[in-house]
Amino acid sequence: MTKKVKVYSTPTCPYCIRAKQFLKDNNVEFENIDVSSDQAAAEEMIRKSGQMGVPVLEIEDEIIVGFDKEKIKQTLGI
Amino acid sequence: MYDLIIIGAGPAGITASVYAARKKMNLLVITKDIGGQAARSADIENYTGYQFISGPELATKFQEHMKKYGIALKEDEEVIEVDRINDSITVKTNEGADEAKTAIIASGKKSRELGVPGEKEFKNRGLTYCATCDGPLFTAKDVAVIGGGNSALDATLQLIKIAKQVYIINLTPALSGDAVMREKIEHAKNVTIFNNARVTNIMGDKFVTGIKIDKSGKTELLNVQGVFVEIGLIPNSEFAKKVEKNQFGEIKVDCFNQTNIPGVFAAGDVTDVPGKQIIIAAGEGAKAALGTFRYLAQTK
Repeated sequence: MTKKVKVYSTPTCPYCIRAKQFLKDNNVEFENIDVSSDQAAAEEMIRKSGQMGVPVLEIEDEIIVGFDKEKIKQTLGI
Repeated sequence: MYDLIIIGAGPAGITASVYAARKKMNLLVITKDIGGQAARSADIENYTGYQFISGPELATKFQEHMKKYGIALKEDEEVIEVDRINDSITVKTNEGADEAKTAIIASGKKSRELGVPGEKEFKNRGLTYCATCDGPLFTAKDVAVIGGGNSALDATLQLIKIAKQVYIINLTPALSGDAVMREKIEHAKNVTIFNNARVTNIMGDKFVTGIKIDKSGKTELLNVQGVFVEIGLIPNSEFAKKVEKNQFGEIKVDCFNQTNIPGVFAAGDVTDVPGKQIIIAAGEGAKAALGTFRYLAQTK
């Protein structure tokens, strides 16, 4: 089953770029949410993760703060 | 055994890797991240050939340049020791160890912390060390930038475009960054500069709500939702225990970028070379790679 993946990011954050590249390299489809241009999405990210740093990954119902490669792999089973 | 291990992949490490690859040296790059501080810079206007480029864009170009040569790369590894045993250099990381005839330490610098109450609790809860990354989350909010040098001014210039009000809390009597940046800030309507001022507390509940500052002995409270700490950098040199450093922890290098340990070279912001600039770091990386090549030729 493919898991639904969302990446809350800003265009200028290096770890966001690397997180997205990592997903692409592993053929994981994801929805990119640019919190710098979408204030409502920024609020949603802050509410869900309880913090204000990007990137935040939402994999199904699981929230991963930062580019935590091991946790991402584990959650996605890759 | 490798000819060369490069520690770090910022402007110095990447440039060194390109030069070494073109000399057909057998090399490995070990790094925590790609692009280093350059990737976290906002607007770069002083890298020759680019009148304007953003940090992440320049870092991507650096990375592409390295990729072109198919250089062996270990990412997300942290170096914990560099030592010379007999004639080889051992680089130990959190995941293993590699050996080479030479090494270039290009591990750069990291943000200095304030060391005040509230700093740790509110990290990523309004307090950040990366304005480029997290700045956009503070649209229409009141924020404080701590510092008065180029990185503080760079953060301020980004924030004045999006934040409601920007306070600069600067320890010294006047801002010290580049005049071009200072002028832009002095003309901005939504900036208040506090010179001779020091942050003493970061306050908040779940997120930052304010900071306490000490202005020449007088305490003042500022209501802000964001705090951007830009008070300078410290070198990532702790792992290089036997390498000689100056009083700031910067690695001492000679004119070929060699350290006190034969075969161990260093380049970029982690060294005692004056001028912490992307273009200087890149140039030093090139020099260090040529230095290792010369060293290998002489010790054959």
